[in-house]
Amino acid sequence: MNAPETPALSIQGLSHSYGARKALDAVSFNVAPGSFTVLLGLNGAGKSTLFSLVTRLYAAREGEIDIFGANVMRQPGAALRRLGVVFQARTLDLELSVMQNLIYHAALHGIGPMEARRRGNIALARAGLADRANDKARALSGGQMRRIEIARALLHDPKLLLLDEPTVGLDIKARADLLAHVRHLVREEQLGVLWTTHLIDEISDDDPVVILHRGKVLATGRAADIVARYGASNIGDAFTRITGADEEKISA
Amino acid sequence: MSDPETSLAPFTLRQYAICLWGVVWREGLRFLHQRERFVSALVRPLVWLFIFAAGFRQVLGISIIPPYETYVLYEVYIAPGLMAMIQLFNGMQSSLSMVYDREMGNMRTLLVSPFPRWFLLSAKLFAGGAVSILQVYAFLLIAWFWEIEPPTYWGYLTVLPALALSGLMLGALGMLLSSLIKQLENFAGVMNFVIFPMFFASSALYPLWRVQESSPWLYRLCALNPFTHAVELIRFAFYQKIEWTSFAVVAAYASVFLVAAIVAYDPARGMIMRRGG
Repeated sequence: MNAPETPALSIQGLSHSYGARKALDAVSFNVAPGSFTVLLGLNGAGKSTLFSLVTRLYAAREGEIDIFGANVMRQPGAALRRLGVVFQARTLDLELSVMQNLIYHAALHGIGPMEARRRGNIALARAGLADRANDKARALSGGQMRRIEIARALLHDPKLLLLDEPTVGLDIKARADLLAHVRHLVREEQLGVLWTTHLIDEISDDDPVVILHRGKVLATGRAADIVARYGASNIGDAFTRITGADEEKISA
Repeated sequence: MSDPETSLAPFTLRQYAICLWGVVWREGLRFLHQRERFVSALVRPLVWLFIFAAGFRQVLGISIIPPYETYVLYEVYIAPGLMAMIQLFNGMQSSLSMVYDREMGNMRTLLVSPFPRWFLLSAKLFAGGAVSILQVYAFLLIAWFWEIEPPTYWGYLTVLPALALSGLMLGALGMLLSSLIKQLENFAGVMNFVIFPMFFASSALYPLWRVQESSPWLYRLCALNPFTHAVELIRFAFYQKIEWTSFAVVAAYASVFLVAAIVAYDPARGMIMRRGG
């Protein structure tokens, strides 16, 4: 096991540009094991770029990304094995059954179909979808798909889970359910979670929060501490004061 | 859980095999579920065979050239070109599905796997090639009823390695293109700038000596076209012979396309990065 002081995710001095446009500028923050860390930012803040770099879609040229001490560029295999990801876009194969989706993902992590089925059944039961194993993914609701994607991302037993705006497109109840489900996983499984969002109401007082704005980290800390530090009435108010953004933009 | 399968030791050979199996299995399932794709992959060469070739039979005379030992009907002549065409379309279609996949996230799911990226891309190519071979054999089954068949049934077996190599080459070309194409609605562009020139400037529809008679310049272009060599490799293999030049050319193009595709998808050097994925 890793020593408790090793962060689940460590990002140090990370910068990235698309041509002349700087999408990330010297971004640094950590996600502790067993924490529900929220990355808060408006659309275009650089959240998706950050995701692409951590998942190694393209290379981090400036700065370091470590997953439980394994560097994403230098030891990609070791780093990616400890990582589970739920992308913003839906990534289930709609034509395949739920279990087939899980078996495919397991194979991508070197886990055979028998073991995948065993783990898949446990994961589906945990997600409350045990009876949907043989249904086509197409038949699921948006909230159910997200739960399956989370179950799938955890199939190879990672201790860090990244979710990129997972509640986009879900109705209010599905959003609340999903949030509760992931918080439950954090408590029960000691999972380190990085949850990106632009929705203030998904944040609890005790959550570590990273505020990302136009490629820069403007504040990090416990949500309640950030609120207190800026003399704000709530985290939304604090976000407005920190970023100088318009009120409407945040609540949108 | 300290399950051996989630330990952080390097992947075993067995785990590589599982990963490869998984990618091929998924491609096979998707293929089975996309009947329209299968049917259109089959109808396209059949249209060429039954309409185009029948119409041109009287116009184009084919002299006796290797591997043929007698005069052959035009349908017989173009059959290998149509087999290669199936693979060409399959390669381009899977390249477009990769563009689509990348946008929809499936390609990202593949690339976030901890296996080395060259292995993942090769597995994907292998899977696409296997699907294209299935399509070719389905075509050959129908063509058999029209007496388009190898001199002995062994031809069905000897054509397999040729199909594997040409499928790899065309798949790798498609994969390379997928890293360059930005939008998925660009299939028309791929048709105009890749599929049509490759298909028409090749020995698929007419032997190259005929091209040479009309235009030495076009002849040289056809002789350089990788698709020409894929067609000739398949044509000879179907007749239980090896065309060594074509074999070498197809193998060389396949390696170049594959390496270029792997570089294009390399996170540090790749094209996706410059574009911003």
